[in-house]
Amino acid sequence: MPTRYYLFFVLPTLIAFVIAFLIPFLLGIYLSFTEFTTVTDSRWAGVSNYVRAFSEDNNFLNALVFTVKFALISVVLINLFAFVFAFTLTRNVRGTNLFRTVFFMPNLIGGIVLGYVWQLLINGVLIRFGVDITYSANYGFWGLVILMNWQQAGYMMIIYIAAIQNVPPELIEAAEMDGANAWQSLRNITIPMVMPAFTICTFLTVTNSFKLFDQNLALTAGAPGRASSMLALDIFTTFYNRNGYEGVGQAKAVIFFVIVAVIVLMQLYLTRRREVES
Amino acid sequence: MKTKRSFWENAAFVFLLILAVLYLAPILLVLMNSFKGRFFISDTPFALPNRQTFVGILNYFSGIAKTGFPLAFGYSLFITVFSVGTIVLFTGMTAWCITRVKSRASSIVYYLLIFSMIVPFQMVMFTMSKMANILGLDNPVGIIVLYLGFGAGLSTFIYSGFVKSIPLEIEEAATMDGCNPIQTFFLIVFPILQPVSITVAILNTMWIWNDYLLPYLVIGSSYKTIPIAVQYLQGGYGSRDMGAMMAMLVLAIVPIVIFYLTCQQYIIRGVVSGAVKG
Repeated sequence: MPTRYYLFFVLPTLIAFVIAFLIPFLLGIYLSFTEFTTVTDSRWAGVSNYVRAFSEDNNFLNALVFTVKFALISVVLINLFAFVFAFTLTRNVRGTNLFRTVFFMPNLIGGIVLGYVWQLLINGVLIRFGVDITYSANYGFWGLVILMNWQQAGYMMIIYIAAIQNVPPELIEAAEMDGANAWQSLRNITIPMVMPAFTICTFLTVTNSFKLFDQNLALTAGAPGRASSMLALDIFTTFYNRNGYEGVGQAKAVIFFVIVAVIVLMQLYLTRRREVES
Repeated sequence: MKTKRSFWENAAFVFLLILAVLYLAPILLVLMNSFKGRFFISDTPFALPNRQTFVGILNYFSGIAKTGFPLAFGYSLFITVFSVGTIVLFTGMTAWCITRVKSRASSIVYYLLIFSMIVPFQMVMFTMSKMANILGLDNPVGIIVLYLGFGAGLSTFIYSGFVKSIPLEIEEAATMDGCNPIQTFFLIVFPILQPVSITVAILNTMWIWNDYLLPYLVIGSSYKTIPIAVQYLQGGYGSRDMGAMMAMLVLAIVPIVIFYLTCQQYIIRGVVSGAVKG
């Protein structure tokens, strides 16, 4: 293909990509090693921002622990609910389409809106005990767990449904002929056959949990204090609520990026290996 | 055997029915409270409106007055439609070109785009919004460039996977008949890509319509999209107008539900194929 055609096809995306991603990304790494308030007044500061991210207060470490705990519990619960929904909905039950529609719907609603919807409900319950969701970080934690289960179980359910429908019916029939009961064919055929979907859903849940921001901001905004802040919200607060902490915020963002990148690379490695095996 | 199965089917149906009601409850709760006076919401969210608390659509008026909701809806719609259109067009072009032309440049572009998929937004939020200021992209038109740049990774990736499966012979025949690459793409390839274009459009619509942080940082002070308008109502401590909040949550959810019910099959298909590739 002549170069002018090549440029015609690639340049629009490439220019936008360089402006919106590539330069900000490289500049972000550089700025994490400097002190700055705007991009143009940066002074080299070595790794001091990275040290300050952990040494000045426990906010970042708290957010990291909170996020990891949240991710672990979400992975288990969301996948469990999603699989149960998907399994039930592939049993020829009346109204399957209607139920699928209802369970998937929360995914389309934005995190900010969802946060306030659930704040109303959770505070409505907690007020009977004379407190609200900002009373303790535990309330914020479980509030977020409930919210994210409600939002994401339907999404993962769709992926599981596709996987369950791909299980060849002959396999189940053959097992039944051989005398397997429903539980045995679920345990020994359906579950192993949907393992690839399980890997996808696990990592989707983990990355979604780590990147969670909107729901966190709307539901508790980190309250009490910053005790229910997750990583993304803590980085945002560090950047925009405190002057003189831009460098620390950027350093936290780089650490955040490395964590997310490692998780994604692990996923790629595991899915590739599974593909080779099968 | 026959009766046993239908017992389980009925049990599953009842189980799903209860779950579906629980699933819809939070949204119905917000809808109900949007018709109650602002001081009767936080304390008694589960009480039905009565003669004393019912205020009709007053909350909708005050909410619209406070947030300028119709304008926010307009900005959200404008930004989403044009960003998604731009992404579909340009990333489709790029994906086809770099998949067909095997060169060093193509693989550099491809891997850079893939790399951007694993970078969380917090990593570039500060530098990207500064870039947007400097380049004058901090308006509803300029933000389209940012969405193209930041969304290019996933969309190009999804398109590339599909382009590989199109037989080369079709394009070779077009070239024989005298088509230049631009004609080949728009007359032959782009129509074939239509199912992927729908997937790409759906996934990007779900992201951009609900996106809070990017528009908040880049254009939030002058142009409020729907999530920004909702978050704006949160206001300072204790000054929040719960009535207006409930009404705006309802108005934010209604367009999504309409969109979902009209495009449901595309959305679900898009999610499945997007998840399997992503």
